[in-house]
Amino acid sequence: MRYRLSLVVNGEKHELEVPANRTLLDVLRNELGLKGTKLGCGTGECGACTVLLEGEPVNSCLVIALQTNGKSVVTIEGLSRDGSIHAIQEAFINHGAIQCGYCTPGMILSAKAFLDRNPNPTEEEIREALIGNLCRCTGYQSIVEAIKSVRRQRDNEN
Amino acid sequence: MRLKSFKFYSPSSLGEALELLKQNKGNAKLLAGGTDLVLQMKRKVVTPEVIISLLEIDELRRIEKVEGALRVGATVTHSTLENSELLHDGFQILSSSAKKVGSPQVRNRGTLGGNLCNASPAADTSPAMLVLGAQVYVVSQEGERNIPIDLFFTGPGSCAIEEAEILKDVIIPEQPPETLGVYLKLGRRRGMDVALASVAVLVMFEGKGEASIRRCRIGLGSVSPTPIRAKRAEEFLRGRVLEEKVIQEAGEYVQSECCPISDIRASAEYRKEMVRVLCVRAMKQLMGVRCPNLLRGKYE
Repeated sequence: MRYRLSLVVNGEKHELEVPANRTLLDVLRNELGLKGTKLGCGTGECGACTVLLEGEPVNSCLVIALQTNGKSVVTIEGLSRDGSIHAIQEAFINHGAIQCGYCTPGMILSAKAFLDRNPNPTEEEIREALIGNLCRCTGYQSIVEAIKSVRRQRDNEN
Repeated sequence: MRLKSFKFYSPSSLGEALELLKQNKGNAKLLAGGTDLVLQMKRKVVTPEVIISLLEIDELRRIEKVEGALRVGATVTHSTLENSELLHDGFQILSSSAKKVGSPQVRNRGTLGGNLCNASPAADTSPAMLVLGAQVYVVSQEGERNIPIDLFFTGPGSCAIEEAEILKDVIIPEQPPETLGVYLKLGRRRGMDVALASVAVLVMFEGKGEASIRRCRIGLGSVSPTPIRAKRAEEFLRGRVLEEKVIQEAGEYVQSECCPISDIRASAEYRKEMVRVLCVRAMKQLMGVRCPNLLRGKYE
């Protein structure tokens, strides 16, 4: 049996029909073809599947898609504007904070939600905010440096 | 890790949810944020035929001050508890324990009701609920009842809620003035880890600026089949002044009251030792806030 699911993803409205046993991650990747969101552990531990649901980071592998009916979702594909990538993405590239890239979409979305709320964080606060995103190759140091640089960049703009 | 197929309902009222629960007796599971249940479904620990989502029921999402108490709806998330301005003074121990749950992602989805009903001996909010003397308010088609939190947990993964009942909210009595609380959790890493021991200490002091204890409650996690109170330690502390010797002795009482198991996270012996250490640390933290002049040395 399929159920109606109405969802706004990256600002675009979608009317879908999905079986009840699909997670938000399944729908994003397989119904909408948004492969930027990754399946890591599938058990809500690693954060590779992090997306923003109503602006807040969640593990999309543990969210039953039908529970997001009428809600808005932002994935990594939704961060670029007019063909240019987001300042956080730019910072990750400039700091070599992407190696295999698998944890990157989740890391960046966690960082975005955090920086939206707390634009001038300490290093400790940055590490705390990323506690639900595991990285197994790049290393956290360059990731934290990248996020710190976004803060400085914003300071310079002001 | 595909989920087995199931029927899905998302009622917008409690009455509707109770009716669905009755119609699908024995086959249905109530779903809130899914951080525990969806995981269990993926692992095929449970394979419900029917899922009833509670997230569209407005009255379960409320958190409000009522006369002499704080009422927290079942689907209030840990993030909401962490950030709510209503959780100050004596209630602050609840927000500090909600903050220790999993990760931001888990706290944005996971709910207080879910954390309690999952009834893990290691649940972060349970020791705080015990020391705050919460009442769990449940409804069914037959009526409503209050379960005191001391009687709520019945074993690892089981609680006193019947199949036809839904946890509606948790009522937390207003704490007396001069009440201070601390929650400490020990794990291998700070995020995304289950406590291998945890301690909630709530002390009501005799009067302003005084270090003597009128009443104290101590809740323990991960050191017994359910979250428990350390009542002998509480009794010992009543009327005493918070000072080094007393704190050490209270720690020994706490240690004698728990019965941890050995598992992949830690040995029983280690847990027993750590629960004492956590308890001593928690009380020293309180002492540091309360009467810093009595505190020699620096404690975490």
